[in-house]
Amino acid sequence: MFKQKNYLALGAVVIVAVVLLSLPTRATSRLKLAIGSWFLPLFGLADTTQRLPADLADSVLPRRELLHQIDMLRRENQQLKSQAVQSIAIARENNQLRTLFNWQRQSPWKLKLANVVLRDPANWWRTVQIDLGSRDGLRENLPVITATGLVGRVSSVSLTRAQVILVGDPNCRVSALVENPARDMGVLLAGGTLDTSLVELTYLASSANLKPGQNVITSGLGGIFPKGIPIGQIVDSRSVEYGLYTDARVKLNANLGSLEQVWVLFP
Amino acid sequence: MNIFNPILILAGAFLAVFGEATLAAPRQWLGVQFDWLPALMVFAALNTGLVTVALLAVLGGLWFDSLSANPLGVSILPLLAVGFPIYLRRDLILRDRPFTQLVLGAVASAAAPALTLLMLLSSGAELLLGWGTLWQGLVVTATGALATPFIFSLMETCHRAFGYQPRVEGGFRHDREIQRSRKKL
Repeated sequence: MFKQKNYLALGAVVIVAVVLLSLPTRATSRLKLAIGSWFLPLFGLADTTQRLPADLADSVLPRRELLHQIDMLRRENQQLKSQAVQSIAIARENNQLRTLFNWQRQSPWKLKLANVVLRDPANWWRTVQIDLGSRDGLRENLPVITATGLVGRVSSVSLTRAQVILVGDPNCRVSALVENPARDMGVLLAGGTLDTSLVELTYLASSANLKPGQNVITSGLGGIFPKGIPIGQIVDSRSVEYGLYTDARVKLNANLGSLEQVWVLFP
Repeated sequence: MNIFNPILILAGAFLAVFGEATLAAPRQWLGVQFDWLPALMVFAALNTGLVTVALLAVLGGLWFDSLSANPLGVSILPLLAVGFPIYLRRDLILRDRPFTQLVLGAVASAAAPALTLLMLLSSGAELLLGWGTLWQGLVVTATGALATPFIFSLMETCHRAFGYQPRVEGGFRHDREIQRSRKKL
């Protein structure tokens, strides 16, 4: 049953696995990116296939409908332009007041749009890959957001792609602040294994006065996420460790289950 | 068995890993991503040689880990641990029976992720685990079990359509043919 060639094959595979597992982290990540690049031709194919139904739908859309949409977008654009003018004036006023009080000036966020190209095939991680890399100026630990809220942070970067750890993965911890009178602070930890929209906010003070619906934002502590990025709303809370601190469940604003486009934030 | 089967299996593994990383629907509907590599490994262990089993374990594991946050190489040994015992005992396995394929697919689909998790936990990695993991394991096992007979029939169809068949020597010999003709007188 157990011939010499069996021993050889078994030994060869075990040696390959052991060598790969004992490689230094930098070499492993380079090798990972090199092997991952084998899938590059399939990305284009998948992208074309996904766009095909939308392109077909666009080609049969009546002219009247298109003109109506253009009109709607023009109005929305004008509204947004007037809002932008207002916000510029407010920002200027804010900077003047900060100068008067000798406070540090807030620098505006720089954003880069990225497409989500892959999701982690393993069920025990919550990561995605985006189509921006080091050639686009990406580096590790940059925050990633959507228009609705925080998504995660960049964990590793190759030339053309980057891996993003999503909020709710045990390796993405975020210092968060509850927008209540006491400004309670805690740490966002892992979420549920099945429901990607709920995460655990822990290490809140035992006296924290939490109510469902209160907004949770990033606190700015920790040096990765700037202050004020919306995260979600409090769902419920409970006292843990015999009243030592409070845990709360937070419903995330961003829909992590169907991410298609995200913004990488350059603080 | 010819070279076509290993190529087909490795191409299938490549596409399976890509599909697992791009298809969002299973995760949205069931909260689980399917894993088709163990089912492919069952097919490879029952129908191909040891080299193909080893290649599938190494390449399939590497492809999976390269698209995942797993440490590179962690999926190789679990795949081999699933395929190798089946390969050793394949003479005793009724490989053509769909029920056998279903059971082997279920066992392989349950064992491979469990062994990977064990390796990751023993290396001290922080993983997203909870009661939902049991549901994920159950769905992965069930889908792997159902996928195995499907993979068997798909591979057989592909093999019939694209693969060349070995030449069968018949009993007919040209040199022993009796020449019959009308002789002109």
